Parts: sequence; C-alpha cells; structure tokens
Amino acid sequence: MQISEIASSTTSSIKVRNGKIQIKTFNRSNFVLQLTLAFLIIFTVVAPFFLDYKSIDLQTAIFYTVDNLKMMFLQPALNQITIGTALIQILITLALAFLSTVIGAVISFFLAIACAKNLAPTWLSNTIITFNSFIRAVPTVLWVLIFAIVAGLGSVAAILGMTLHTIAYLSKAYSESFEEIDGGMIEALRATGAKWWHIIVHVVLPQTSSYMISWTFLRFETNYGVAIAMGAAAAAGGIGFELFMSSSFYYDLHEVGAITYFALIIALILEVISVQIKNRLIGSR
Amino acid sequence: MNAQFDVIKKKRIQMTIILLVMLLIVFGAKVLTDFSFMEGLASIPGTVFWMFTNLIPTAEAMENFPKVMERLWETIILSILATTTAGIFALFFALFGSKTTKINGLLALLSRVIASVFRNIPVVAWALVLVISFGHNVVTGYFALFFTTFGFLVRAFMETIDEASTDSVEALNATGATYFQMVFRGVIPDTLPQMLSWVFFMIDTNIRSATLVGLLTGTGIGYIFDLYYKRLDYPTVGLITLSIIVVVIVIELISNKVRRMIL
Amino acid sequence: MPTILAEKTEVYEKKGKNKKEFQNSKTILKIKDLYKSYNIKTPVLSMIEMELKQGEFVSIIGPSGAGKSTLLRCINRMIEPSEGSIVFDETEITSLSKKALRGERAKIGMVFQHYNLVSRLTVFENVLHGRFGYKSTLKGILSIFTEEEKQLALEILDKLGMKEFAYKRCDQLSGGQKQRVGIARALVQQPKLLLCDEPIASLDPNSSKVIMDHLKEICETMGITVLVNLHQVDVAVKYSDRIIGLNKGRVVFEGLPKELSNYAIQDIYGSELEDLIVE
Repeated sequence: MQISEIASSTTSSIKVRNGKIQIKTFNRSNFVLQLTLAFLIIFTVVAPFFLDYKSIDLQTAIFYTVDNLKMMFLQPALNQITIGTALIQILITLALAFLSTVIGAVISFFLAIACAKNLAPTWLSNTIITFNSFIRAVPTVLWVLIFAIVAGLGSVAAILGMTLHTIAYLSKAYSESFEEIDGGMIEALRATGAKWWHIIVHVVLPQTSSYMISWTFLRFETNYGVAIAMGAAAAAGGIGFELFMSSSFYYDLHEVGAITYFALIIALILEVISVQIKNRLIGSR
Repeated sequence: MNAQFDVIKKKRIQMTIILLVMLLIVFGAKVLTDFSFMEGLASIPGTVFWMFTNLIPTAEAMENFPKVMERLWETIILSILATTTAGIFALFFALFGSKTTKINGLLALLSRVIASVFRNIPVVAWALVLVISFGHNVVTGYFALFFTTFGFLVRAFMETIDEASTDSVEALNATGATYFQMVFRGVIPDTLPQMLSWVFFMIDTNIRSATLVGLLTGTGIGYIFDLYYKRLDYPTVGLITLSIIVVVIVIELISNKVRRMIL
Repeated sequence: MPTILAEKTEVYEKKGKNKKEFQNSKTILKIKDLYKSYNIKTPVLSMIEMELKQGEFVSIIGPSGAGKSTLLRCINRMIEPSEGSIVFDETEITSLSKKALRGERAKIGMVFQHYNLVSRLTVFENVLHGRFGYKSTLKGILSIFTEEEKQLALEILDKLGMKEFAYKRCDQLSGGQKQRVGIARALVQQPKLLLCDEPIASLDPNSSKVIMDHLKEICETMGITVLVNLHQVDVAVKYSDRIIGLNKGRVVFEGLPKELSNYAIQDIYGSELEDLIVE
C-alpha cells in the first residue's frame, strides 16, 4: 500500500507528517520533561568550565587520593584513641541524634495536628508550612553555629539546631499521614458528639501510629549522620569530632579509616532496622 | 469479656514499659552529652533576639555582596553538577539492582551493597579525606557530594523502578523485546518523571550539604560563612544566611512547579 | 487491503466450521509432563499435558492458587518450568537460548489482568511495542517503526474500536479501553497463539463482554489460537471450544463446554464451590 493511500484511508484523527504516520502528538508534560532534561544535560556539560580550579594538579591529586583511600580503607587502625573511647564517642553521637529526634518528634506531633488540613484551619496550616520551609532552607550547621553564639559551642547548640530540622521534617511527614485518614471516621466520631481531643486520641493516633514510628526512626537514622557532621563542623562532640581531629589535626588516615568503618557499621545497622520497621508496620506493597 | 479486658490491660502495661524505657534512654543520653533541657530552653529567646538584632545585613555588609554571590554561584553549580553526574551513574546501578530489571542476582546484590556503603559513609568523612589531597578546591566538594548523592539516588531510583514498572516490564518481556528495548521504552518513560523529581530533591539537599562541606574544605558558600563567622562580622553572616535561604526556596519553588507539570 | 491481517482472514476462514474438525487442524502447542515447583514439597504444577490446535479457543478454569497463571507463564517461559516439554509451533521452547526464546515469544501474544501498559506513553506507542520482538535493539530504543507496522497497528486499533484514541495517553483510558490496547499490542505481534491471563478479572460486566467478544472474534477470523485463564465458569462455557479444569496444579477436567457437569465443577473447585455459589 502506498503511503499516500494510508493518509487518505485513515480518518482525520491520524496525523501524518512528511508522508510518515506520527506515533505521538505534542503533549505539554512531555515537552516540559524534555526541556528540563535538556537543561540539566547542557548545564552538566557547560558548568565545569565556569568553576575556578585554581592551580590543581589533577593527576597528582588523584594519585594521592587513591593512596589515601587505600590507607584509609585497607589499613584501618586506631592510634590516637582507644577502642573504648571510639565506642563512647559513637554512643555520644547516637545520644545527640536520639535527643534531637525525641524532642523534635514531640513538638512535631502538636505542630502536625495544627498543620493537617483536615484537622486545623487553613491559615494556621499555611503559616506552619511557611515556617517549616524557612527552617529547612537554612542548613543545619548554620543553625547550630547561630545557636552557638548564645549557648556556646557544644551539645546544647547542636541539639537545638538538629531539633529544628527534625521538626520541619517530621511535622510535614506526620501531617501528611494525618491528612490521609479517611474523613468518614472523623465525621462518625464528630457525629457522636465526641470532643476534639477524643478524635485525636481515638482516631488519629491509632490510625497513624505505625507511620509515625516509621518516619521517626527514619529521621533518627538521618540525624545520626547529621550528628556526625555537627561533631566535625560545629564541635558538638561525638565520633564526628574525633574524625575531624584525626584527619585535620593528626593527619592520621589509618584512624580516619577505622572511625569511618565504625560509623558505617552503625549506619548500616540503623538502615536495616529502619527498613525492618517500615516493612513490618506498613508492609511492603 | 475477660479476655478482651486482659488484652487492653496487657497493651497498657506494654505501653508503660516502652515509655519508661524511652525516658531512661533520654536520661542516659542527657547525661552522656551533658545536655540540659533548661539551658536549651533558656537559650532560645536569647538566640531569636540576637538573630533579629545582629543578623540584619547592614550597608557595610552589602559591600561583600559580590563576593558572597560569587561563592554562592560556585555552590549552586557544584550541587547541580554533583547531582546530575551522580544521577547518571545511579540510573545504571538502580537498573541492575532493581528486582524487576536486574540482569542477575549477584550483580543486583553487589549494586545494592555498593550503593548502601556509599550512602552510609558520612559526607564529612569524604570531605575530610579528599581535602588532604585535593586541597581547598572545588573538586574536593564535588567528589564529597557526588559519593553521597550517588548512594542516595540509587536507592531512590531503585524504589521508583520497583514501584512503577513491574507490569510493563513483564509485558515487554513477553513480546520478545530485548533488555535495552524494555528499559528504554518501558521502564524509563514510566519512571523518568519520578526520578527527575528525586534529582530536584537532591539538588536542594546538596545546596545545604555543600554549605557543610564548604565549611570543612574551604570552598563555596560554606567557606565564606566560616570566614565572616570567625571574624565576628555578623551582618555579613546574616547576608550569607539570607542568600542561602533565597536560593533554597527558589529552587524548591521551581522544582515544585516542574514536578507538578511533569508528573 | 493486502495487509497480513486480510491475508489471514482469507486463509483461515473458519466460520461455520464444526468444532470437532479441530482434530484435523495443525497442532500449535503441545505440553507434556510439565512440572513446576519452588520447593520440593508442594509443586505448583505437576504432570500437565495439553494440546492446542490452530484456531481453537480454550479456557483454563480453577480456583485461585490452582496454578493457572503459572501455567500460562511457563508456556512463554516468563516463569521457568522445572521439568517437561513444551512444543510451540514445532519448536521445543524449554531448551531455547535466550535469543531464540525472544524470537518465539514474538510469535506468542500475551494479555494481562492489569493490562501492563506503559502508562505515560500513547496508545499508538504501546501498541507498536508489540513489534519489538522483530526489531534490532537500537531501532526499538529509538522507536523507529516502518510505515507498514504503523499501518498494521492502526488497522488493529480500528478493528478493536480504539483508533480514535491512538494519541491518548494510556493513563487516561478506562479499564476496558486499556485492555483493548493490551490486546492490540499482542495482535501487532502477529502471533500464532494468544495467552490471556485473567483478561476480564478487573473489568465490569459490560467491558468484560466487549473484551471476550473481541477475543472470540480474533480466534475465529484470524485463526489465532486463544488460551485464556478465567475465573468465571459461565463465561468459559459461553465462549470456549474446550475447557481445561485445574486444581492444585493438576489437570482435573478436560472436555467440551457441554461436558462440564456440576460434578466436574465440584472436582475443579473443591471446597471453594460454596463460595462460588454464594457469589
């Protein structure tokens, strides 16, 4: 069959361009998708030329890095600190993460109630959302350093800074799971004349507790990583500080390696627990 | 009736025990970290007051504006670059690691383990090691961000693939399609929007991480923050903080807009 | 219209053919001693024997968990059978290399309960996916299709009443429409055998009838053998040339629809029968 025949034999709904049948038509979301992709690709190709590399000798640097990584990962050893100290420092890091998660979770619960669209007025919920995105926009380390000016460098500033981000994260997560509650359940209780707090305790909490536990533990996992960073960058103590000392003060890469392994093992354990919690409470779809 | 009563009672005892254990851990953590709730609470009003009196950029601070912008631009480029390049690698690892598109079990396991290790090595560890050989250079920041982003995106992409494309993968395999036909015409079209959404999320996260990495490695906006923070030049510190807020919020707005259009 | 579709209509004009005449037709699929298990204790399928003739419409019925889906997927080795022989179109499927298997899969169409379409692509693109088995990897990735292939796809869509939706994204279609796209994708493969895994299980009664009518028509006018897994006994009786009953991985009934007595149904469904009646 000739192509011209195809064009005529098909109804007007079929588009033909240059004698070829088109298999797709213009579609806005695909267009935006392709535009975004094109932008990212061009940016990735062009951007490296806009960076100032100073006088870096890439070859030597890579050579040294490989050497350093080898020292770090293949010959880990503790020299400045004992294994006991390392374990206590890890515990301190976990404690920092734990405290900021628990404090943050309690505050987030109340904020989330005030933020969920099915439980609170819109103006309140929007105010909290704006407040949260402001908190999130400032990196944790900056919050910690700002708190440190008044509270001094240390655990207080670190926990306050980390708690802020925890609140911003968890209140969003909690309120979203609150919003997923079947409206009929709330309505049914309201119809019996139940008080607002009864609804929270008897519908909202039981319906969402597994999600909340799962989100909270996930945040604890994140906070553990943040706590290491705060130890290194904002002198909050813990294993992060030891990491900073052994690399920037003693230049002892063997110890950096050993500490990294310690931190990694704990992180992997936390990840496994968090996946387990998620699977058991929510169930894998 | 009695049995039901017992269940409620048992649950209550369970809850009480869990609560007590939690309180115990809180107390232990408090002692271990030398943290005081009162001190924490007391320093909040002071900090808020201090922020509003000291972190307001003055005319003097505005003179540093071009310098701040230059570093900020560096940080933005670095964050996007680290995310996009890591995304490309992550795509392949995710394809090999996903349940629906894996080639064989061993490769899948390997790819999951590698991703998990990269994800869980703290970004500061990378930064501190790389800075020794690369020095105070953008390359240090780039690699530190690249490694953690890679680890995170592999997991995110893998979950996206598992969730979105199990069915169409089955159908395409049944038509006799080859592996790459199945990936490019079945998996990618269905998952690309969600993956792009993760890439935006990571760019956003990386701008904040870049500040941290910059502090440690003397690059980007983190470096200049550290500089003025140590000089006690708080109006400039305020200016830097504000500019970070603006950038993060603008990127969030753009990515929300794009996400709405492509999803 | 000198397309392959039209040719087939001429060659396999089968309307009015007596059902018994299948005995003289060519054998399309022959399964012998098929056995599948994930652990030794409980085989999912055991001792499966069946033979399908060209142009036959055969239903497999049985309770959920009887192994219907597994059986269907063993035929094109979407699930790897543990033992036994499957001969499709004079080719032994079980011993094929990966590449050769792709070639045979191209000749076996498959229709799924959940349609399994690429939801963000157009109907047209999804239908053309059925041609992948005949294409080089690169041409497939770049979506390069010949005008004949596109024409074939449009004709099939037209036949199924879906031509006007050609440029619609699949996530905008209703269930019945999606399933018709799924069937179109399978037909574009120009298959000799169509495997349908619970094609109407997610559809409302009206759409179900449309889909079953289309499958029956495909079987009768195009001479394609149709093997369909069904949950509903009445549908199987109404449409099939032959019915196979499966229970706990074994064939417990095989015969014409009229031979399917209540006694036989009880054999197939066992204890689940009461639930079935209640439904």
